[in-house]
Amino acid sequence: MINNLDILFPEIFLSLSIFTILMLGVFIKRSFNIVFNFTSLILILTIAIILNNPNNEEKIFLDSYIRDGFSNYFKILILISSLFVLNSSKSFIVENKLDKFEYPIIILLSILGMFFMVSSNDLILFYLGLELQSLSLYILASIDRDNLRSSESGIKYFVLSALSSGLLLYGCSLLYGFTGSTNFDLIANELNKENIGALFAMVFILVGLAFKVSAVPFHMWTPDVYEGAPTSITNYFAVVPKVAGLALLIKFMLVPFSNILLEWQTILIFISIASMILGAVAAIVQKNIKRLLAYSSIGHIGYALAGVATGEVSGYESSIIYISIYVIMNIGAFSCLYLLKKDGQYKENISDLSGISKKHPLLSISFLIILFSMAGVPPLGGFFAKFYIFTAVIEKEMYFLAITGLLTTVISAFYYLKIIKTIYFEDSAITLEKVKNKSAQVSIFLSCSILLTFFLYPSILNNVVNSLFAN
Amino acid sequence: MIEIGLGHYLSLGAIIFFLGILGIFLNRKNVIVILMSIELILLAVNINLISFSIFSGDIVGQIFTMLILTVAAAEAAIGLAIILIYYRNKGSIRVEDIHGMKG
Repeated sequence: MINNLDILFPEIFLSLSIFTILMLGVFIKRSFNIVFNFTSLILILTIAIILNNPNNEEKIFLDSYIRDGFSNYFKILILISSLFVLNSSKSFIVENKLDKFEYPIIILLSILGMFFMVSSNDLILFYLGLELQSLSLYILASIDRDNLRSSESGIKYFVLSALSSGLLLYGCSLLYGFTGSTNFDLIANELNKENIGALFAMVFILVGLAFKVSAVPFHMWTPDVYEGAPTSITNYFAVVPKVAGLALLIKFMLVPFSNILLEWQTILIFISIASMILGAVAAIVQKNIKRLLAYSSIGHIGYALAGVATGEVSGYESSIIYISIYVIMNIGAFSCLYLLKKDGQYKENISDLSGISKKHPLLSISFLIILFSMAGVPPLGGFFAKFYIFTAVIEKEMYFLAITGLLTTVISAFYYLKIIKTIYFEDSAITLEKVKNKSAQVSIFLSCSILLTFFLYPSILNNVVNSLFAN
Repeated sequence: MIEIGLGHYLSLGAIIFFLGILGIFLNRKNVIVILMSIELILLAVNINLISFSIFSGDIVGQIFTMLILTVAAAEAAIGLAIILIYYRNKGSIRVEDIHGMKG
């Protein structure tokens, strides 16, 4: 037993370091900088530990915890994206007086929760990981506690998320009752189409998961929370929990519900189509960039779910590629927001972008690249992401899904192009304040260069993702 | 006398569960009531799990219940804290007043 403990090493390391830096934060005065730097170090070390871990499948603790290539890939994606999100938002955090030492610690706690989520093989571990993540996210949403909008977004997120956790938990209890086990492998053996109670359970669990990735019709919280929370938190919300949520959706299709895929697919197709349509249509009228990015993320999740809805390995692979490129695009887009400062305040309205191309050509061109990529213009990375999804969907002969996806891509291109029009063709030339934020600039540069050069070697990401499903 | 069986317990769980959901959606007065409704939902799940566990002779359901109780306590603590900071900023916790952002 003790020999197998190295499988759990990333989680053990992460939890012990959280305790350590919590102590540092308590006993040292004004410890934000120290805790923050330690957090970055911990994230990098955890990446190294996971990379050092072999990818062969192993289960421990009565088969409740699984370590395989799939979970390792998602863990590394979560860690890298949190590293970039944290570092590019540091000066934003300090300037908006959010620099409490709890901030990076709570982010680490939510990452720990996501770790347990993506490598759970048991309903209990899955639920505990999900709650560790959600409880941390409630605090993060309302971290700017003297701000009415931040606390309001916290209250909205708390109520709706707790409701969805309740629905998910009710599904878990039914699943346990009708299959007699909480282990994913045993559930998969017991489930079949005649098991009506388990079908109910599946619907409840799917509702809970759809809420966590903010898919329509469980998206109500997304725009409000994105707008109300501080931008650095919105950035985190838009990137990291989505990755973990998608990993769970794929995992549930792969293991426990593999025998009742058809029912699960029907709901997923509906959710995917509804998300794509709402993400495209509702974003058109938005004036606030964060709100617009919220709707655009709903749309993007719709595309990612279209890949999952195929119910085949090629579809899962395309979804994983899509979410990876989505992470890169969103880190870039939000890093641009950290540079939009005027009159000592960070701006978040689209009208504040009008004509910035005259004074800030570099920022404008990076905005252009990222938005074009989000719209899916070839040869940028976002085009390939959508291309893989549609190939997988058409191979499965789900033409309706593919056609809706293509149509909504065209509609959503409208509002991305509208922002670009505001940046480049408005007469008023807004001059922004000079912001010293090297790490945001590095994030934008990396994000843009990956998106620009993705078409040269798309096989790098492809091969990595293909190897996840090799066995 | 009726024999109380698994079905009765599950019906009780379902009724409490839907009361909880209705409490969240129909309540227009106070956020604390929403907090209580969330607790109600979690307790309904616990009734479900315990009755399944008893009738199938499997202990895992009861272990799950213990963990859910712990999580419910943590959730209530965080929820109350968030409601408190909202009250400090706004001076009211009426559900109708929580509409600062729309669109």
